[in-house]
Amino acid sequence: MVTEFGKAFIFILLGAIFVALGLFAAWVLRPRRPYPEKNATYECGEEPVGSAWIRLNVRFYVTALVFLIFDVEVAFLFPWALIYRQLGLFGFLEMAVFLAILFVGYAYVWVKGDLDWDKPKPEIPTIKRTVSITPPIESTPVS
Amino acid sequence: MGLLDQKFENSNVFVTSLDGLLNWARLSSLWQMQFGLACCAIEMMAASASNFDIMRFGVIPRATPRQVDVMFVAGTVTIKMASRIKRLYDQMSEPRYVISMGSCSNCGGPYWEHGYHVLKGVDRVIPVDVYIPGCPPRPEALLEGIMKLQEKVRAESMVKKRA
Repeated sequence: MVTEFGKAFIFILLGAIFVALGLFAAWVLRPRRPYPEKNATYECGEEPVGSAWIRLNVRFYVTALVFLIFDVEVAFLFPWALIYRQLGLFGFLEMAVFLAILFVGYAYVWVKGDLDWDKPKPEIPTIKRTVSITPPIESTPVS
Repeated sequence: MGLLDQKFENSNVFVTSLDGLLNWARLSSLWQMQFGLACCAIEMMAASASNFDIMRFGVIPRATPRQVDVMFVAGTVTIKMASRIKRLYDQMSEPRYVISMGSCSNCGGPYWEHGYHVLKGVDRVIPVDVYIPGCPPRPEALLEGIMKLQEKVRAESMVKKRA
């Protein structure tokens, strides 16, 4: 007698066998002729330039977190707005508390200055002179 | 080289029946690399659309060279594009085929004499299996080219090629 979980197990087993057989058949039958040009990562016809491991600005982190929080907030607001009339005053107050908590966090981030995206200041090129252009003027008395 | 590919010196019953199965599978699902470069691309799109329905040949357009079997070079190959075509052809997995569609990619076409920027035939950078003449060729001609390619695929074998 196969239980309901047993059926699921058989299903998983058959799936795994199917995938393994497919990969095995491909491994047996395929031609395999790798060379550097073929193994290149970028598939757009362009030559890959530089490393894929670039540094991302850490400011994106805070921005992404703030976005995530307010994204979830909107996701909660939509179903709340749908049944707003049924919930009545209780629902309104609940959502007001929720929004207030989030707003405190928003104000905190704002006050801390994490939302300020300070631009890099342009460096004005300066010439470092080692030799002074103007020679010291010898004070000669005008006769 | 794979486990079986190019490992046999001579053909035998096992190899021929396996070849038949593989070739049937390959010619029935020639996935296509989109390479519309000029006006021939319009005819290629027309061949994909409902009137000609290229998908009944198993030709499914894909956007990456890793997933495709055949590259339709449809249009004028400029010298700037030639290195890209070469690179994308290199990234396709074997068995790989190329259909050169239209006069421009066959031989340079109208740019043969004075086109300072046009490659005089895509076969100068990659091996071409089927040439389709026309400027541009009608979708029927493209279908004919696909059938020609299917004939070629049907004759393929995993037996080691003799020099």
